[in-house]
Amino acid sequence: MQLLEIKDLEVFYGKIQALRGISVYVNSGEIVSLIGANGAGKTTTLKTISGLRKVHSGSITFKGEDITNMVGHKRVQLGLCQAPEGRGIFPGMTVVENLEMGAYTRKKSDADKVKEDFERVFSLFPRLNERRKQVAGTMSGGEQQMLAIGRALMASPELLLLDEPSMGLAPMLVSQIFDIIQEINRQGTTVLVVEQNATKALSISNRAYVLETGTVTRSADARELLEDDSIRKAYLGE
Amino acid sequence: MSMSTSRISHSYRSAKVPIQKANDTMRQRWRGLPFPVRVLGYIVLIGVAMLLPAQSIGNIMAPQSDWPTILFYPIGSYILLALGLNVVVGLAGMLDLGYVAFFAIGGYTMAVLGVNYNWTFWEILPVGIAVAALSGVILGAPTLRLRGDYLAIVTLGFGEIIQRVVNNLSVTGGPTGISGIPHPPSVGSLSFLTYGVLDPRPYYYLEVVMIAIVIFFSIRLENSRVGRGWVALREDEDAAEIMGVPTFTFKIWAFAIGASVGGLSGVVYASKVIAITPENYPLLLSVLILVCVVLGGSGNRAGVILGAFLVAWLPERFRGLANYRILFFGAMLVIMMIFRPGGLLPARRRASEFAHGIGGGQPLGGEIQSGQFEEDEEGEK
Repeated sequence: MQLLEIKDLEVFYGKIQALRGISVYVNSGEIVSLIGANGAGKTTTLKTISGLRKVHSGSITFKGEDITNMVGHKRVQLGLCQAPEGRGIFPGMTVVENLEMGAYTRKKSDADKVKEDFERVFSLFPRLNERRKQVAGTMSGGEQQMLAIGRALMASPELLLLDEPSMGLAPMLVSQIFDIIQEINRQGTTVLVVEQNATKALSISNRAYVLETGTVTRSADARELLEDDSIRKAYLGE
Repeated sequence: MSMSTSRISHSYRSAKVPIQKANDTMRQRWRGLPFPVRVLGYIVLIGVAMLLPAQSIGNIMAPQSDWPTILFYPIGSYILLALGLNVVVGLAGMLDLGYVAFFAIGGYTMAVLGVNYNWTFWEILPVGIAVAALSGVILGAPTLRLRGDYLAIVTLGFGEIIQRVVNNLSVTGGPTGISGIPHPPSVGSLSFLTYGVLDPRPYYYLEVVMIAIVIFFSIRLENSRVGRGWVALREDEDAAEIMGVPTFTFKIWAFAIGASVGGLSGVVYASKVIAITPENYPLLLSVLILVCVVLGGSGNRAGVILGAFLVAWLPERFRGLANYRILFFGAMLVIMMIFRPGGLLPARRRASEFAHGIGGGQPLGGEIQSGQFEEDEEGEK
C-alpha cells in the first residue's frame, strides 16, 4: 500500500527553484532513502512533506488524503512526524520535556499508550533514560540526535521522516543510529530518510532515490544502487 | 547584537552561578510547598503590597516625592505592563517594541467612552481590554509571519502609528488630548475605596488587585498546553510546528493576551489621571517596559516584577541628583546587563536558552540561529 506519494513537486525559495518536479513514493513498512550531494534538495523535500515549505506546484498525498496545502501541525495528527536535521531539539527543555513535546498532539485518552511509547523510546535509546532530567542543549551531538528521533517517535507516527541522522556523529555512533532506525522499522514504522552518508543509508533501505539539483535522477532498489558503478563513484566515495 | 551579548554571557557565566543556584533552590522549595501554604504566601504578599503606601516606608523609598502617587504610576503601572509584555517576550519569545500602543488604546478607550458617552469605569474596563486585544490580533495577523528583527521593526512602527493617529484625530482631542476622564465609582464611604482627586491610594489598591489577577492568569497560562506550545515555539519555531504546535495561532494568542493586559493598565491609568495626551505614550515607554522585562529576567514573573519595580523606582529615588539621575540610571542598566545578562532573576529554562543564543528578549531571527548551527557543524567535521 502506498503511504506517501509526492508528484511533480516544485518548491521555490524566493526566485530560486529548489525542487524541479520531484516524484517519490513510500510504501507502508519500507525504509526509503533520498541520497544526493549538498544542495540537491533532500532537506527541502522533507521540509515540504512536513509542511514547513510552501508547495509551488505538484501534490503530496498521505494515506490517500491530499495534504499539499495542509498546515504543518495538522500533518502530525495524520501520522507523519519528522526528526529535524542536526540540533532541531528544544535546547532549554530537559530530555523528558522534549519527549513530552513529541506527544503534544496526542489526546488524554491516549495516556496509556503515550506511557508505553516513553518506555519504547527509553529502551531504544538507553542513553536518554540515563539523562532524563538533563537539559537537552547541554548534551552531545549524538545524544541530541537520539533525542530528536525519540521525540518524533513520541508522536507515534506511521511515517517517520529523518533528516541527516548521521550528521556530525562519530563513525561508531553512526552505525548505532542506523541499527536503531532498522529496529524502529521492524517495530512497524515506515521510514523516509535523507542522508549524505549514502553507503549506510543504502545498506538499510529497501529502495532509494538519487537527487541532483532538485530532480530525481535515479530510483531503484537500494541493493541495486549499492552495486552500481556510477553511483559508487559519485556518492560512495570509491 | 545577539551574537555579542551571548558571548558576554559565556565569559561571565561563572560570576553569576551562585546567585543562579540560590534562585533555583528557592524556586524549587517554593514549588515543593503544599498548595494551601503557597496560597497563604500569596495572601501575605498581597497584604504587604497593601501596606506599602505607608508614610514611614515612603520616607525611605522616595523622600523627595509623594510615595503613594509613585506607587500607582510609574511603579504599579510598569509592573502591570511588564507582566503583559512578558507574555509576548518572555513566554512566546517575540520581540515587541511598540507595546505602548496597547497602553494608549486602553487609555483612549477609557477617555473617549467616559467623556463622550458617560460610560462608567467598570463598563469601560472590559471594552478597553477587548479593543486592545482586537488591535493586537489586527496587528499580529499580517505581521506575525515575520521573525525576530523584522517583527520588532513592524511593532516599533505600530507604536508610532498609534501615537500619530491619536495626535491627529479630532475624537481623541488631537495634541491637547482628552480631559475630564471620570474616576471609578467609589464604594460606600470607605476611604480606601473612595476614588477622588487627592488620595492616590485607592487607585494603587485597584492596581494591586489587577496585578494579582494578571499574575494568576499568567501562571495558569504558562502551565497550560498553550504555555508549553509557547516554550517550544520560542526555542525552535520549525521544530514546534512539526511537533504539532499551531505556531501561528499561538503567536496571535500571545500577542492578543499581551495586548489585553496593556489595554487593562491603560484603562486603569487613565481613570486616575483625569487628562491624557499623546505625549503620555512615547516610544521611550515601550523601551522602558522592555527593559523591565529583560532586566528582571525574561520569562520569570518574579524577576519581571522586580525589574519593573527597579526601572520605575530608581529614577524617583534619585530625584535628588536632578538631571544626573537619568545618567546614573543608564549606567546602572549597563552594569547590570554586563554582570547579569540573563536578567536579575532569570528563569531556569531561559538561562540555558540564553547560553544557546536563542529565545526572546534579543533579536531571535531564524537567520542568526541557523548561522550559529552552521558554525557548529563545520567545527565538528
